[in-house]
Amino acid sequence: MSKQAQHWEKTRGLLMVTLAIWFVFSIGIFLFGAEMNEVTGPFGYPLTYWFTCQGSLGIFVILIFWFANRQEKIDEEFGFSERGDD
Amino acid sequence: MLKGNFIDNLPKVYGIYTGGFLAFIIIMAIAEQMGMSAKAIGICFVAFTVAIYAIIGYLSRTAQADAYYVAGRQVPTVFNGMATAADWMSGASFVAMAGGIYFKGYGYMALLVGWTGGYVLVASLLAPYLRKFGCYTVPDFIGTRYGGNLSRLMAVIVLTVASFTYVTAQINATGTIASVALDIPFQYAVYVGLISILLCSMLGGMRGVTWTQVAQYIVLIIAYLLPVFWISNKMGAGFFPHFMLADEVSRIAELEAQFGFVKNSAENLKEVPKGLAGITKAHSAVNATPWAFISLALAMMMGTASLPHVMMRYFTTPSVKAARKSVGWSLFFIFLLYSSAPMLATLSKLSLIDPSLPTGIIGKSIAEVQAIDWYQNWNQANLMFVSDFNGNGTLELNEFFMGGKAVVLATPEIAGLPYVISGLVAAGGMAAAMSTADGLILAIANALSHDLYYKIIDPKAETAKRLVVARVLLVVIGFAGATIAAMEIQGILGSVIWAFDFAMSGLFFPLVLGVWWKRANREGAIAGMALGLISGAGYLIWVRNGGSGFLGITQLTFGIFGSAVSLVSMVVVSLITAEPNAATQKMVDEVRVPSGKSILGKQH
Repeated sequence: MSKQAQHWEKTRGLLMVTLAIWFVFSIGIFLFGAEMNEVTGPFGYPLTYWFTCQGSLGIFVILIFWFANRQEKIDEEFGFSERGDD
Repeated sequence: MLKGNFIDNLPKVYGIYTGGFLAFIIIMAIAEQMGMSAKAIGICFVAFTVAIYAIIGYLSRTAQADAYYVAGRQVPTVFNGMATAADWMSGASFVAMAGGIYFKGYGYMALLVGWTGGYVLVASLLAPYLRKFGCYTVPDFIGTRYGGNLSRLMAVIVLTVASFTYVTAQINATGTIASVALDIPFQYAVYVGLISILLCSMLGGMRGVTWTQVAQYIVLIIAYLLPVFWISNKMGAGFFPHFMLADEVSRIAELEAQFGFVKNSAENLKEVPKGLAGITKAHSAVNATPWAFISLALAMMMGTASLPHVMMRYFTTPSVKAARKSVGWSLFFIFLLYSSAPMLATLSKLSLIDPSLPTGIIGKSIAEVQAIDWYQNWNQANLMFVSDFNGNGTLELNEFFMGGKAVVLATPEIAGLPYVISGLVAAGGMAAAMSTADGLILAIANALSHDLYYKIIDPKAETAKRLVVARVLLVVIGFAGATIAAMEIQGILGSVIWAFDFAMSGLFFPLVLGVWWKRANREGAIAGMALGLISGAGYLIWVRNGGSGFLGITQLTFGIFGSAVSLVSMVVVSLITAEPNAATQKMVDEVRVPSGKSILGKQH
């Protein structure tokens, strides 16, 4: 397999993991919104309420930075990263 | 004071700017103590900030195509994040969001999740690849990847439909704020707003818009957070509201149980002025079915990833790597405001409905409430209303009505904050609406000037001529938007949500599959864009005219139907027609790796 194909395979793998985490916190947990809201979440807010106010939103921010770092590592591994700074 | 080039000095420039703005707020606060009138303070805030944006717009003037279309591709990650956040957060986010949460609770919060989760799709599926492509506009990508004028034209049409739906709402919002702050009639205020918007973008294009958007973000985030923290501290609810309002949230639930949600009769509701709503939904309880919540969130997420004015912000970063990081920063800056909106809604609601607080009005006598200064002000502005439906002389929860905008605009006054804060909030709302309107008008004008005029009609046009056409279109589109906004056909929030649905119906799958599916070809993309947009729009018209809809898809989520049609037709048509030629396949391979030259040259 060529270097490029391997690079793309790893990139696709990372995409799947990223989208899986995204799916859980944007859609998955809200399937059980009513049940989860009975539980007390962080800082004492009802759990589902907390996710809609802060939890999911914050997780998305962290997820994107994590994704960007992982992708950079993959690019470096195959020598596809750009020269120069950001 | 400043050595070296502008980009290296950005932190210093905007540091000084932020300090200057804070000093301005303090000067206004002192002026208020010395007897400056509320009206004069409002005018100062709006005039001062708009003047600053206009100066930035003038300093960013340019005669080069790549500076005009993509700010010279040298905007650093963090600053692009701020600019995107301002581009993204519209008058609706700033003025209407907290109000929506206040009245609708959980069901509405799907928008918070949707309008943030979409950025994960932007970062992972699209932004870095489109940056590598090197396009000036979104149709530029579609037109080059799939080839042919028809695919480019279809992308321009979808972009224009979605962005134009969105932009009238933003011009409307600038007009509303300008008319309140400057005390002029709405029909004129709309054009004052429009001229302010054009001052930022006309001379400098994307470069001008970028640097004004950063300035606008700083104003709008200060204007949103300062009152939230101040009110929370004043009420004794906690010095850091985001972590400390659990007691207030449960207190609201307790009061809701005590008062109950009494349903008003249709006859009584006729008395209530149009556009005002009462509290009918629980604050923190789950009151929507999972599908209602998820479908709205999903539509907003896919719409986010298809809206061209957001996507084109990532064309301005210096590298692919920077584009990815920049999406993270964008969402971080958006998060600062979005996570504060529910807190503002909580504080606002509790301060009005808790009888044990001095600001609480529920349970007081109607006459007493009607005599309160702020009630009279906001009642006159048609944003507040009480009526004694059951005739017992006291105000019940179901007898109090408020406009959604009032939650952001009136809460500082209700909580007894000095007027300078209300002036600041007006400046913030103006910044939010202006920055989004600028991004949208520029997206439409650039697509028409670059893709329609230069790429399709006159490919030999010189740069100077192209940029004249771009600027003329900017003004024409701005005036068209303002004229429609002045007619006040639709509310701010509804049309914003429609814009997302239109964008996802026509563009989501053609964009994503353009990168992720090599087999996608021209015929498929054209079918996907055309059928997606037509079926989405058709569904909307059907439901608006009394159609029952299916699968729980409403007029707010019609994009789910549109994009499903788009996906199916794109895949089917692609598979029954010939696969893309070798050159196109090689182009897709190159887009997938960050290193190497971009597909389209620096000047094209």
